[in-house]
Formats: sequence, structure tokens, C-alpha cells
Amino acid sequence: MDLAYNEEYVEFRAEVQAFLKANKSSAPKGRMGWGQADDKSRTWQQLLIKHGYAARTIPKEYGGFGAEPDILKNHIIAEEFAIAGVRPGHSGDPRLVPVVLELGTEEQKHALVGPTIRGDMVWCQGYSEPGSGSDLASLSTKAVLEGDEWVINGQKIWTSGAQHADMIFCLVRTEPDAPKHQGISYLIFKMDTPGIEVRPLVTMTGEAIFNETFFTDVRVPKDQIIGRRGEGWFVANATLKHERGSLGDPNQLEGRFRSLVEMLKSEKIDGKPLIEFPIYRDRLLKLQARVLSMKCNGMRILTANTKNEEPGLARWIVKLLGCELNHQMAALAIDVMGELGVLYEDSPYLRNYGMWQRNYMLDLGLIIGGGTAQIQKNMIGERALGLPKEPKYDAI
Amino acid sequence: MEFALSEEQRLLQDSICRYLESECNLDRVREAAENNVTQQAEVWQGLSELGIQGIIIPEEQAGVGLGFLDAALVAEALGRSVAPVPFIGSSIMAPVALMAAGSDDQKEAWLPKIAAGDVVFGVGVTEQIAQRETTGIKSDGGKLTGKAMFVIDGVDANMLIIADDDGALYLVDVNAAGVTRQNLKTIDKTRAVAEIVLEGAAAEVLPGSQNDREPLLKTIDAGRLMLAADTLGAADIMLEKAVAYAKERKQFDRVIGSFQAVKHMCAEMATELEPCRSLIWYAAHAVYDIPDEARLLTCHSKAHLSEVGRFVAKTSTEVHGGMGFTDLLGLHYWFKRIGLDRQLLGAPELIREQAAAVQGW
Repeated sequence: MDLAYNEEYVEFRAEVQAFLKANKSSAPKGRMGWGQADDKSRTWQQLLIKHGYAARTIPKEYGGFGAEPDILKNHIIAEEFAIAGVRPGHSGDPRLVPVVLELGTEEQKHALVGPTIRGDMVWCQGYSEPGSGSDLASLSTKAVLEGDEWVINGQKIWTSGAQHADMIFCLVRTEPDAPKHQGISYLIFKMDTPGIEVRPLVTMTGEAIFNETFFTDVRVPKDQIIGRRGEGWFVANATLKHERGSLGDPNQLEGRFRSLVEMLKSEKIDGKPLIEFPIYRDRLLKLQARVLSMKCNGMRILTANTKNEEPGLARWIVKLLGCELNHQMAALAIDVMGELGVLYEDSPYLRNYGMWQRNYMLDLGLIIGGGTAQIQKNMIGERALGLPKEPKYDAI
Repeated sequence: MEFALSEEQRLLQDSICRYLESECNLDRVREAAENNVTQQAEVWQGLSELGIQGIIIPEEQAGVGLGFLDAALVAEALGRSVAPVPFIGSSIMAPVALMAAGSDDQKEAWLPKIAAGDVVFGVGVTEQIAQRETTGIKSDGGKLTGKAMFVIDGVDANMLIIADDDGALYLVDVNAAGVTRQNLKTIDKTRAVAEIVLEGAAAEVLPGSQNDREPLLKTIDAGRLMLAADTLGAADIMLEKAVAYAKERKQFDRVIGSFQAVKHMCAEMATELEPCRSLIWYAAHAVYDIPDEARLLTCHSKAHLSEVGRFVAKTSTEVHGGMGFTDLLGLHYWFKRIGLDRQLLGAPELIREQAAAVQGW
């Protein structure tokens, strides 16, 4: 156990801090990175790539910074940006770029990675379907090869950002006679291809974060596939792994907790701050213990990663516990506000622009999305604890 | 930057676990419990040969000179085996009190004996956390009068460390005139707590604790950290047992672990418990290396492990169904150990209030 960083990392941290101090004012607000494509975000991202704080390990020839992989430096960057409250950069769409780099052709890497990490090419994900949620591999959107083109028909759902996206990476069934996991291919195509219709899906937050996306005879050149025909499930699993890793991030938990403490100190009943009420305070302390243990769990994963060891259970639980914890923090914030906690939209007296109300709903979406809590528990039970799968029945 | 156990620490934990698995198995525990033995002499002797009693005592005083993370690994192993030995009071809290507040003569007199296993210390500080049936302990001219309840490891002790109403710590010989001891039976038969009644009993103050509560607080912190680690070990094995049972027990022609209802109970236990391990590592590491954070982390470790421990103890028992409720499997030994750990040195509600105070909330 040695929590000190050696000189190289101490210096690196100082560099990051100095950069943040000098450039903080030009950072865009808000936390979503790779899905946004306004000019301010693009300029900020360019600056970060130039200094190696974004797209750090992506090779120079594909538009990245080209540094050697160093998990601790990545960690220091993430930590310092979180402490400074500055929006971090990104390495392009985290669900797509690692897959292109790992499994794409040389031509695909050159055509896709650079524009994606610069924010010039924005992606959406076409995985889930109305009939295929937790059982994703049962998906039925099909693509048939006609000459040099795939012809795609079907429907996707939960396609977040589809209305702004330039491109989609999409799972489609290309081998209808193969077993379900072996009949899927991973196609990539432009969102302005004729035959694509995007309908916004308004969620409980009142915003259209997601969409339903319909494909009617969408024609896509044959070579716009990553991996081989029928291997799409395995390609997609590589991306799911990357997505899961990002939900429940301890730096984000700590940032939220700090805001929650501020709220308990500033919000008052009869002139007395809520943090002075033992019952509210006790709830806060319970959450603090959880946030701290997730922070320590994160350090344990980090060390395992630097040693190239499998972190095991410590990693499996992050999405489940992290998303639940975020939701509980929002729930406490709302209870602390009481009636003020149900004000919404542009109401007067709104605290923090209604952030907690929105998060309370959005976090519930994240408990469900990216593999529901119940699917997470199945994975923990089966993969980490070695319990047997549920037997399959033909029909119920 | 490395957040992991060292090779030596892994070996330490392995060797203790292996020793306890062979010499302190459930039959041994059961035999001790049925005979009201809370200090299993052979196990205590065996642990002494592994250097456990002197684990945090400096080498100058014939100890092993290791840190609190090492000690927490031992406590975890003891919790795993529900070992009937007086480790937390005698091997951890008493040395901490002596090291923090004892005179040089007191340290020389007692630390080597603790390390050698020649003396067992009971520690009575509960009155400084929450007084129940007692009216506290008064000191007057080197004599103590009052009642100390829930004295940790007090049943098997030859010597005591008792806190008075001002938080000063005293050495008291169990056999001195004016000292009466009564065993307080608890749900947990693997450890025992005593009530000590003092009527003008001769006592020797630890000078560093006279006008400074810090030695008392350090002693309590150390005990809490060990109780948390003990719960971690006990809960960890309750999870393992539940998973093993769920893989083996069949109903409706299937092992019950294939039912999501049961699988999810196991997954929930693992999810709650796994980050606790890292929390305790960090808290234990902080005692010497990040002292500013140590008290907060210790409070959270004790309070959080109490909550998670209770959840795991209940859930694991439920996974075992009716058998979990019987004496046959002996699962209740861990259930009860976790139950005692939770209440000793402050229940979670009290400790969270202290964690708030530490932060000025």
C-alpha cells in the first residue's frame, strides 16, 4: 500500500493543474462530452488533444496525441478535471473508437477516428429494439446483401442523440439461419442515408434524450462493416465493456456528494440549515460511507489495471452500485428541498436550475440503461460468483 | 501509487487463514462455545507463535512492529473463523492506549508481556461513548469507583485498561482489592464481555491521557477498525457459504442458485461487501500514513460494515433456508459475531454522529 505518486507523476499532476488554471475559462459548461458538437466544444477538444489531455493514447496518424498508455496519467487527468469542475475532453465516442482501433481496417481507422475525436463526426448507437432489450441478441432488424449494398429494414430504440448524429453504428441480423449470437453484423452508416426516420422519444424528464429510429430499405455500401459478417455480437461486446466502465465513475460520485453537502448547508427550515437536523445528516453520512468506499474501490481497480491484473468483483459491481448511489444522492437532495424539490422547468425558487430533480429521473434511466440492475445482478451472480444460468425453456 | 496488499501482507493473511482453518474449525469453535470458553488456549498459543499478539507493538518492546492494515488483515481472518480469542481488546486496543499515553516504565512493563502472550488485557471505554445502566467511573487519588460495562476481552483478562469520566485511562489489576468481575452473556459465544465493578480499586493512570482525550479516542478508533475488519471477514465467509449452498442445494429439479431470486440475493451481498474491503484497507492505511483522514475513515468503516454486515448476515441465512436457522450448519456463529461487532464501541447511528462532528457538521 503506497498512495504516494512518484516524481514523474507529481510533475505531471502539476502540469495538468497549471494547464487547468490557465485555460479553465475557455472550457464549455456541462458534462456531456462526446455527444456535443458545438464550436466551443470542438475548440476545447482540439486544445485538449494538443496537450495530451484528450485522445491521449490514440496514435498521431489517426489524429490523437500518441502517448504511451499510462493508466495513472489518465487517472490524474480525470481527477484534476473533476476537482477543478472543468469539462474533461474525450477520446471520441467511447463505445465506437476503441472498436474501430481494435477491429477496423486501416482505411476505416483513417476515415473515422480523426473526425470522431475532433467532434466533427458524431455517432449514435443502434443496438436495442422494441422487442430486444435485456435479451439484445434476439434483435430482428435485418440487412440483406443486394449486389454491393446492404439493404436494411427494421427499428431501433433508445438511440440517444440520433437527431444530431452524423453516423450510426448498428447491429443488424445478416444471417437469419445462424444461432442468434452468430447471425449479427456490425454496420456503420450515415444518418442522412435515405430511408432513415428519427422520431424523438420524450422521457420522464420532459426532454427527448432518446429516439426511435426506423429503417426502410436503407442502402449501405457493402464494406461499411466492422469485423466480418456474423461477428457483430462479438464486436459489440467489446463496446459494451467500454460503456459499462464509464457508468458509476467515482470522480463523478465525489463531485455529486460535494454538491449535496453544500445543499444541506445552504437549505434551511425555519432558518436552521438542514445539516443541523440529525435525521437528514444521518442520511448524508450513510451516503458518504458509500461514496468513500467506491472511491477506495476505484483505487483498487486502478492498481489492478496498472499491473494488468483482472480486478474481478471490484469491477463488476461499479455500474450497479455507482448508478444506485447517484440516484440516492439525488433523492436526498430532493427530500432536503421538500416542496422546493418538486419545482421544475422555469419555476421560481428553483435550486441549482432543477439539476437534482432532473438527475433523480435521469439516474433512474441510467439504472435501467446500459444493462439493467437485474442484468447486472445476473452477471455478478454468474460471472463473478459462478452461479449457474437460468435454464432455457422453449416457451412460457 | 499502489492500492493493494503487499506480498508480505498476502502471505501473512494466508498463513493465519490456513492456521485457523486447520486449528480453529467450526468443531473447535462449537466445542469452545458449548463450554463457555472465550479464549481457546491452544488457538491463542498458536497465534502467539505467529506473532499475532504483538503485531502492532514496536520491535523494541518485543513486538512485530507492523501497521494497522496488517492488524486489520488478522482481524478479518479471525472473523472468518469466528475464532474465540481476545485479539481486539488485548492485542490492539490495550497496546494502542499504552503506546499513546503510557510512561516509558509502563510501556516496558506491559508491551513485551502482551506481545509474548503472557498477559491478557480487557479494555473498558464504553462509558465514554454511551452510558447505559452505569453512572460512570470516578477517580480519586489513584483509586477508581464505578462500573465499567461491556469491557472487551474482560472475561479472560488479568489486567484492565479503564477510562474514567474525564476520559483518562488507567491500568487496573483484575485481582486487586475492590475489583469485581461479572461475565455478561451475549448472543456471541465466541467472545465475551465483562462488567467490572470498582470500589476504590487501586489504579495507575497512563500519564499521557490525563489532560488529553486523544489517547482514549485513538484506542476507540483502533477497536472500531478491528471490529469492522472482523465483520468483513465474518460477512465474507457468510457470502461464500451462501454461494456454495446455492450451487449445491436442489429444489424443483434445479440448484437454487439458478433461480434469479436466489442469485440476486447473492449478487447483492457481493455488491455491498466488495467495496467495504477497500474502505477498510484505506482506513487502516490512514492510521499511520494519512492521520488527518484516519478518524473519519475509521468511523465510516465501523458504521458501514455494521450495516453491510447485518444485511449479509440476514441474507445469507435466508439463502440457506430453514437449515440456516438451525444449529446444525453453525451459520449462526457468524450471524451473532456480526451482531456483537455492530453494537460494541458504538452502534452505527452514534458513530455517524461522530463522523459528522469530525467534519464540523
